[in-house]
Amino acid sequence: MSPLIRFLVRRLGLALVTLFLLSVTVFALAHLLPGDVGRSVLGPFSDQQSVDTLNHQLGVDRPVVVQYLDWIWSFLHGDMGDSLQYQVPVWDLLEESLINSLKLAAVAFVLVVPVGILGGVIAALRHGHAADRAITVGGLSLTAVPEFVSAIALIVVFGILLGWLPVTAAFPEGASGATQLEHLILPSLALVMVLFGYIARMTRAGTIEALEADYTRTAYLTGLGTAKVMRRHVLRNALLPTIAVIATQAGGLLGSLLVIEKLFNYNGLGQRIYTAAQFKDFTMLQSGVLIVGIGYLVATLLADILYSLLNPRIRYGAAE
Amino acid sequence: MSAVAAPPIVAHSPRAETLRLLLRSKTFILGVLIVGFWIFCAFFGAMVAPHDPLVQSLDILTGPSSQHPFGTDTLGRDVLSRVLSGARDVLLVAPLATLVAILGGTVVGLTSGYMRGAADDVISRVVDAVLAIPVVIIAVTTLVALGSSTLTLVFVIGVVFTPIVSRTVRAATLAERELDYVQAARLGRERAPYIMFREILPNVSGPVIVEATVRLGYAIFTVAGLTYLGFGVQPPSPDWALQISEHYTLLSDTTNLGYYWTVVFPGAAIASLVVGVNLIADGLQQALDR
Repeated sequence: MSPLIRFLVRRLGLALVTLFLLSVTVFALAHLLPGDVGRSVLGPFSDQQSVDTLNHQLGVDRPVVVQYLDWIWSFLHGDMGDSLQYQVPVWDLLEESLINSLKLAAVAFVLVVPVGILGGVIAALRHGHAADRAITVGGLSLTAVPEFVSAIALIVVFGILLGWLPVTAAFPEGASGATQLEHLILPSLALVMVLFGYIARMTRAGTIEALEADYTRTAYLTGLGTAKVMRRHVLRNALLPTIAVIATQAGGLLGSLLVIEKLFNYNGLGQRIYTAAQFKDFTMLQSGVLIVGIGYLVATLLADILYSLLNPRIRYGAAE
Repeated sequence: MSAVAAPPIVAHSPRAETLRLLLRSKTFILGVLIVGFWIFCAFFGAMVAPHDPLVQSLDILTGPSSQHPFGTDTLGRDVLSRVLSGARDVLLVAPLATLVAILGGTVVGLTSGYMRGAADDVISRVVDAVLAIPVVIIAVTTLVALGSSTLTLVFVIGVVFTPIVSRTVRAATLAERELDYVQAARLGRERAPYIMFREILPNVSGPVIVEATVRLGYAIFTVAGLTYLGFGVQPPSPDWALQISEHYTLLSDTTNLGYYWTVVFPGAAIASLVVGVNLIADGLQQALDR
């Protein structure tokens, strides 16, 4: 077996183990919620018999292990059960929210990836100068400030003082693509502010390392121009760690979505999970959170694979 | 003549050197000043404030004026006074939660890094799985189940941050355990807990201190986020995130400038506090890296 295949198989195996543990964690988390599901659905005044009947219908009177296996088995077959709160299949509601969140995330990433990489490269080229300090410290500060605070700054400036953009993300029913995009700009900018610092910092570190490497000096000595050296030798190597960060952030983004979607009143996955937790709708909650976790694991897995395909040290088995 | 036997320049012990670097770092000093200001306000803010932060009046939602420099909120309370006294809850919860996470994460990280083998594999996989769920989601769910109080908030954030700290401590421990002094201690038949806590721990204290400061920044971030979502600090506290949570919907009223003063000033206060903590973390990291 070639080293690359061995690496990929090992990585995939680890991802499966993590996925299993994730599903157990999510299940346990969701089952922290209702002490007595039937009681919390029917309220304190219904008689014990109807509570028992409902518990039996929902299957929550079975042993925990059986409930877990049943949930996972159905989940793998595309059945997530009915929402306790809305009495409709969970997926009917989750699907739209998931698509909405992906739209928001897509706009944010299209904006932040080029800006972040550009910022990092500029900082690295001006290493130790004012521009570097401004980008590094500015990016770090933006990352540290809670999303809802930076979002409010954006709303006040662009939505209220300048009046350029709508202050909510909830676009009218059947709005055109352009109108939808217009409503998504402010919330995605808020996400951009959170993510910019990470991406810029990783690009900067990678670029500085590549600039100081022997192969870069050799490339210069062979008489290549700066633009060519940057494109062929520096950036190609500098972007490796950045890819890993971008993928990790793509998954971690969902925590920020919870806050941003509420602030901009947007029907996304974060808003769904928030409402589900609030109303102790554990069927909705466990499937929603599991989707988020799977999204994160898939993103990091893809990053690792991409990283190993691009990195000759892993490709040819020197590392590992 | 004991002085002759002493090292030539006592003041340049590593610790004194770190301190000297810190005091020369502008980022660190600026961070200390900002955070120091808010710690002062947490204790005395309500006393120096021009009005009682909790007293309501009939002047509701008036803009900034000479009498109310930051305006008033929906209940006619003075926003300046509420901003000055709003640091208390977050500066109680966040440091305590950080302490829980550092204690838990150090124990878990040292154990898995030192023991290696099966224990390490199991712990690392569980940590990976937990880290795949956004912190806010775990915290919201647990707080709904347990009910929100200062104690549960500290506990939940502390536990949620534990795996993150443990990852850092594990990485530092892995590097230390191969060094000669650990091998010597092991050959000397020292017991594992002694080696972990008395031999390795002092040598990984640098990364642990930096991690603690960085984690404090995230703890403030998380407490604020949870409070904004309604699961953190509860009314009528003048907490900054709570003020924003109570007033942000007014922003859609663009004809009245969205009553921006009810959210912009508390927002600026949160931003300054987290940036201050991060400046301290940055300064510490630079000084310890030398």
